[in-house]
Amino acid sequence: MPSMAAPGSQQRWLLSLLLGAILLLSLTPSLRLLVEALSDLGLGNEAPLWRVLSSSRTWLALWHSVYTSVLGMLIALLLGGLFAFAITLTDVRGKGMLMFCFMLPMMIPPQVTALSWLQLFGPASPLLNSLGVAPALGSPQPLHSGEGIALLLGIQSAPLVFLALRTSLVALPRELVEAARISGARPFQVWWHTVLPLTRGGLVAGGAMAFVSNLGNFGIPAMLGIPAGYHVLPTLIYQRMAGFGTGVLAEMAVLSMLIGGLALAGVALQQRLMKRSRFGLIGHVGRAHDLSLGRWRGWVEAGLAALLAVLLVAPLLALVVGSLVPAMGVPLTIESATLEAYREMLGRQGVTRRALHNSLWLAGGAALTLMAVSLPLAYRLLRLPRRWQGLALGAIELPYALPGVVLAVACILLFVRPLPLVEVTLYGTLGLIFIAYLARFLMVGLKPVTASLAQLDPSLEEAAQLAGAGLWRRLSGIVLPLMAPALFAGGLLVFLIAVNELTVSALLWSAGNETLGVLVYTLDQGGDSVLASAVAVLVVAVVALMMLALSLLASRLPRGVIPWRN
Amino acid sequence: MAELSLDGVGKRFGEHAAVSGLTLDVAPGEFVALLGPSGCGKTTVLRMLAGFEHPSEGRIRLGDRTLSDATCHVPPEERHMGMVFQSYALWPHMNVADNVGYPLKLRGVGGRDYRRRVDEALAMVQLAALAEHRPQELSGGQRQRVALARCLVASPSVVLLDEPLANLDRHLRATMEEGFRTFHRRSGATLVYVTHDQGEAMALADRIAVMREGRLVQWSTPETLYRQPRSEWLAGFIGQGSVLMLPGAAPGQWLQGEALMSAAGEAGPQGRGPVLIRPEHVRLGERGMRARVERAIFRGERYELGLRLADGSALLAHSSRRLVEGGVVGVTLELGWGLEPEAGTTGRD
Repeated sequence: MPSMAAPGSQQRWLLSLLLGAILLLSLTPSLRLLVEALSDLGLGNEAPLWRVLSSSRTWLALWHSVYTSVLGMLIALLLGGLFAFAITLTDVRGKGMLMFCFMLPMMIPPQVTALSWLQLFGPASPLLNSLGVAPALGSPQPLHSGEGIALLLGIQSAPLVFLALRTSLVALPRELVEAARISGARPFQVWWHTVLPLTRGGLVAGGAMAFVSNLGNFGIPAMLGIPAGYHVLPTLIYQRMAGFGTGVLAEMAVLSMLIGGLALAGVALQQRLMKRSRFGLIGHVGRAHDLSLGRWRGWVEAGLAALLAVLLVAPLLALVVGSLVPAMGVPLTIESATLEAYREMLGRQGVTRRALHNSLWLAGGAALTLMAVSLPLAYRLLRLPRRWQGLALGAIELPYALPGVVLAVACILLFVRPLPLVEVTLYGTLGLIFIAYLARFLMVGLKPVTASLAQLDPSLEEAAQLAGAGLWRRLSGIVLPLMAPALFAGGLLVFLIAVNELTVSALLWSAGNETLGVLVYTLDQGGDSVLASAVAVLVVAVVALMMLALSLLASRLPRGVIPWRN
Repeated sequence: MAELSLDGVGKRFGEHAAVSGLTLDVAPGEFVALLGPSGCGKTTVLRMLAGFEHPSEGRIRLGDRTLSDATCHVPPEERHMGMVFQSYALWPHMNVADNVGYPLKLRGVGGRDYRRRVDEALAMVQLAALAEHRPQELSGGQRQRVALARCLVASPSVVLLDEPLANLDRHLRATMEEGFRTFHRRSGATLVYVTHDQGEAMALADRIAVMREGRLVQWSTPETLYRQPRSEWLAGFIGQGSVLMLPGAAPGQWLQGEALMSAAGEAGPQGRGPVLIRPEHVRLGERGMRARVERAIFRGERYELGLRLADGSALLAHSSRRLVEGGVVGVTLELGWGLEPEAGTTGRD
């Protein structure tokens, strides 16, 4: 116990209390889940754990999860690696623009990605119909398959690989590349002999992140897999949820534990591989390498642009076209184009407004709350002993690192009964989603602040302390103004991700408490894909605008806070 | 063996001119130092020689072959040069022997020839025993020698060295300096050595190019640089000494004996120019001008004296015994060298 006699100890005690509460918020859901999954083991074959593990559907979904995630990871490695190497190592032009466009898929919610690709392919595609090249009616939609899911997962998670690889490429000392060149290595030999072996760590890290993110993705397999009866673990959990009955919660907990276990196994494998490829590198770092492509430069630039056109522009175009036609299957012409869906969305559809309203409140509230706690939290965290700091950061990261379904199921378990003492039921309210968002996105808001705070020269604060400023005085007068850009960046990132969130809210929503993410999904499942497209276009516009807003902040932030900027 | 020549070479980064109008001719097998304070453009010159930077103007040639000019640019991998980096730039994923042998591998040398040449290169830097080690396991001096062996192995005609001693401690520097001399003698290659340390440059190089703010200040042997520096700035940069403003001084001319003493004794502000007096040309005794001893600093082999002449100018001298601070001593100037005055300066105290 801290002594109350020492001046300032009360404040420190308050900060520690905050830290403790937040650790509790981060750890309790996972622990609750574990307890539920392992409950009633005494029932033998009838215990939920055994019931789930003996079902063939579980194993099929598990196999599908692994298959789509691994295949998606390979696609992500290919795409992310190509862009990271091309943009960081060579002298292609328009790097900022390329990066922004390449990062966009990560920020677009998965169900919107899925919808836009569905609009791009298949017999009913408004784009293909408008161009008159749609396949015959009745021909299969190629995306309703494991490979289709994997492709979209790969596109969605490629930016993760890009970021991880770019980080290690930027950390690669320039001299190591130059030494290879002066030894007589041509650009390709430099890449193969020197760059690739030394940035293997970045590739491994990016691959693991892509795998874990694919594993937890709900929007893409839900939109592409459920109609075709192709289930992965998150969609299986979602379907179980619909058949609410006795023991369902325990079974969902077991399934969540399976995904969680897979995700953690992926991370553990990553760390083993990383250990082997860690080098202490010295030299000038932090600069792009600018290997000259010579006469190939134009071709490489054209290739990257073409790839972006296929990955980003075509689906988004299909989405826009899909939102302008009067009905699915009708080609878009000057006469048939209509803004009816937008009018419907903004004017008549009560549910759209409500969902927009809900999402804005949830995301805004989560962003503001996390902004308020992240500075004192980061401040306290950085003053913990190194060991404890790592553990605390790990606990805070857990709800973000684990797939969203896991957190959602855990939150249902925690709050399905009224809270003790206060007798308030959170289940079936927006409050439940709000709490889940706080737990899930704390790390997103905290990261820029800890990064920025770690760079702050401690003498700035020490000078204030010598001048007689107490802890709160220093925090508000010295640290806060210097941290403000990082705080805002964290808040904006939280808002950006939360406003489109689907996985958590798909399991936690209830009538009247829809979010934007849920709305796109349910509209499409209800057959109204034109309206769904209109909502999706709105979402993409909001995302792109917010990314631009963040880019404007970039010059005032420490490096690496905004993922798509240098 | 071919002559390395730079002809009017310049490099601009945006508005900033890092190097301008640099013309140098380096004889085959010569050991040349590029010397200057940090930011003077010497590293940029080295990087242009290596081919990592493309000159904005001028031409770089090696013998009959044009390496860089307005129309052509030979990439680094085709220049067949060697380079030693300040951070050594050893590849951590290869062992010492693989690091050294990499240039050979790229040139298609294999089998027994490869083994023999790698072994020879390692033996030359006395690292044969560490061939299987990873660079991370070596000390700074050993890493430096691996980098040298890597340069050596492909017998390049030009070797570029970028502040190779900057990361080593003082004791090791002396040893490595000797290593470079041996390296130069055995390889017979043209060596271009970038440094900001005048001692290093003087000790190693046949000729030194002193640079300042992107321009060549003087290009001569260490001896000439020390005895006959061109400008007032250079006189302050190289070695110790004092600059007196004396009447009748002309840039590039010696002043000695009676002429020097009478100039120093003359009064009046007209027609004065800067004259460099090295401390070894100041004789102390009973005769000559009066000077007050302002400080006496023990430097081991001698005392360094800060003197103040009657007209207020400062003079540096050496003495074998300690003189009392505040005392007065007689000074005779034996030799002075006329310098080009700095633009905007009228003298120094």
